[in-house]
Amino acid sequence: MSQAIIELQHLAKSFGKQTVLKDINLTVNPGEIVGLIGPSGAGKSTVIKVTLGMEVTSGGSAEVFGTTMPNRELLGRIGYMAQTDALYDALTGRENLKFFGLMKGITKKVLNEQVDYVAKVVDLTSDLDKRVSGYSGGMMRRLSLAIALLGKPDLLILDEPTVGIDPALRRQIWAELGRIRDEGRSILITTHVMDEAELCGRVALLLDGKVMAFDAPAALKQQYQVKTIEEVFLKAEGVD
Amino acid sequence: MRTIGIMNRVLKELFRDKRTLALMFVAPILIMLLMSVIFNTNASTDVSVGTVAVSQKLNRQIADIKHVTVKTYDTKSAAKKALKAEKIDAIVKKNGNNYSLTYANTDSTKTATVKLAFKNALTATSINQLKSALTKSTKATVKLQAQLQASQKQQAATARAAGNATAAQPAASTMATKPTSQKTPKITNHYVYGDKDTGYFAKMLPILMGFFVFFFVFLISGMALLKERTSGTLDRLLATPVKRSSIVFGYMLSYGVLAVLQTILIVLVTVWLLGTEVVGNMVSVIVINLILALVALAFGILLSTFANSEFQMMQFIPLVVVPQIFFSGIIPLDSMAAWVKDISYIIPIKYAGDAVTDIIMRGTSIWHLGFDIGILLIFLVVLTVLNIVGLKRYRKV
Repeated sequence: MSQAIIELQHLAKSFGKQTVLKDINLTVNPGEIVGLIGPSGAGKSTVIKVTLGMEVTSGGSAEVFGTTMPNRELLGRIGYMAQTDALYDALTGRENLKFFGLMKGITKKVLNEQVDYVAKVVDLTSDLDKRVSGYSGGMMRRLSLAIALLGKPDLLILDEPTVGIDPALRRQIWAELGRIRDEGRSILITTHVMDEAELCGRVALLLDGKVMAFDAPAALKQQYQVKTIEEVFLKAEGVD
Repeated sequence: MRTIGIMNRVLKELFRDKRTLALMFVAPILIMLLMSVIFNTNASTDVSVGTVAVSQKLNRQIADIKHVTVKTYDTKSAAKKALKAEKIDAIVKKNGNNYSLTYANTDSTKTATVKLAFKNALTATSINQLKSALTKSTKATVKLQAQLQASQKQQAATARAAGNATAAQPAASTMATKPTSQKTPKITNHYVYGDKDTGYFAKMLPILMGFFVFFFVFLISGMALLKERTSGTLDRLLATPVKRSSIVFGYMLSYGVLAVLQTILIVLVTVWLLGTEVVGNMVSVIVINLILALVALAFGILLSTFANSEFQMMQFIPLVVVPQIFFSGIIPLDSMAAWVKDISYIIPIKYAGDAVTDIIMRGTSIWHLGFDIGILLIFLVVLTVLNIVGLKRYRKV
């Protein structure tokens, strides 16, 4: 097997006295969608922040593309979408896309083409020249995703990308994520929607700063002897 | 490249926010116009002066001065009653050769006006007296000459004519010296004021200019970066390979552009609308204000990292902005205690104010203001470095 895109080993992270991550082992291989599920406060966003190099590890190692994070240059190869929409309200959708494209280091020639392409994927082509302040919540979410898709990054890190997006478009987005996977690019995605977790190649169940289980959805269901990922989730949490 | 991109984006956002833009450009003009009206009212303040036992001539002279009316009273107690009832603003009473002036002093500009008016009237009266004394003595001389001529023609009574002449001469000289001796003490009495109040707005102006630039750039840039942080766009920006310094420089460039526009506008308004004289080079004024704006920007960005909301950003105004006014030089620092004075050395507006004052009022060349500019640049460099390092809080590289 080729080299892993993301390789987290015995990762620990604490903020002051508060320990958020204790022992995280996680790999994302090329052409793989890895889902990260877990209750609120389990440390999903912290995993993402460490992977992006916004935070440094307190213990263990975090490598992306075989390089220890944090590393600024590598960020050009990562598409990131945060939980918040993080858009400039005063600008139009197109201006937002172009600005972030420029920041990613995409050349002008490729950029225009890219902007049109990602807008089509998230179905925003007709609204691209409207100001973001006039967008609906769903439209903002889609634009935010479009920004992450810009520049065909080798790795996509998506923090709950489908919140507030209607089912039809969600299916469309997952189809696009499937295409990205088939191109050999990798995706790390957090989600609360359990049927989305079923679509991931492997799912990591995060609880109390530890990865409780990390396997393909089918294997997880077998391991916990349940029918759905949702039940795996509940069982692992000890709710039952 | 990315720096320019960030600059373009910040400018685009700014120019679409019409209200904030209006605040930056219209508010300073409005405030300056108001201040110029308020602080330059000396010339048009209407005052009325009550006089007791003052000569008719002096009364007329005072009344002749614009915006001053005179009411005569027979006794001082009657005048005092009027003063208490705010019918008059001051009393002028003559005691022998001296004048005693009593001011209501509820309004310092009125006091100054009365002082000035009285001084002028007194001078005018003395000059008139001097004039009339001179004419009298000239007349006497003419008379004397005529008498002399007559005596020469008649060749008789020479001794009598000479006696007349000696009698006329001392009389004229006493008349001429008498008003002079009256005039001198009064002038020294009322000289001190007049000047101070007329120059007040002119003195404030260069500092005010800097203050507006500082205040608005500080507030708006701080808010802008705060918004980037709270909305998550800063995180997203930092999730791209952009350098931290590019973000800081991008902000500096865009707000630099804005500060230049603002300063040009403020300078033009003060010169064309308020008629203030700028002795030195206007470009130098803009350069200094530009540096100050960048300091304000760096300061705003730095402090915005300590604020979690727009409201918390506003809380820096009384803590950071208001003291700037106190130590900027608008209030004379000479009269303050030494330790208070020392605080002013860490206030950036003080240096900008000093430099711009020198340029506007004394015409100093910008090349001779190396000290002030140097200090401002030190502020700028230190704050900028702090900002670039400070962004590490949000991304570790």
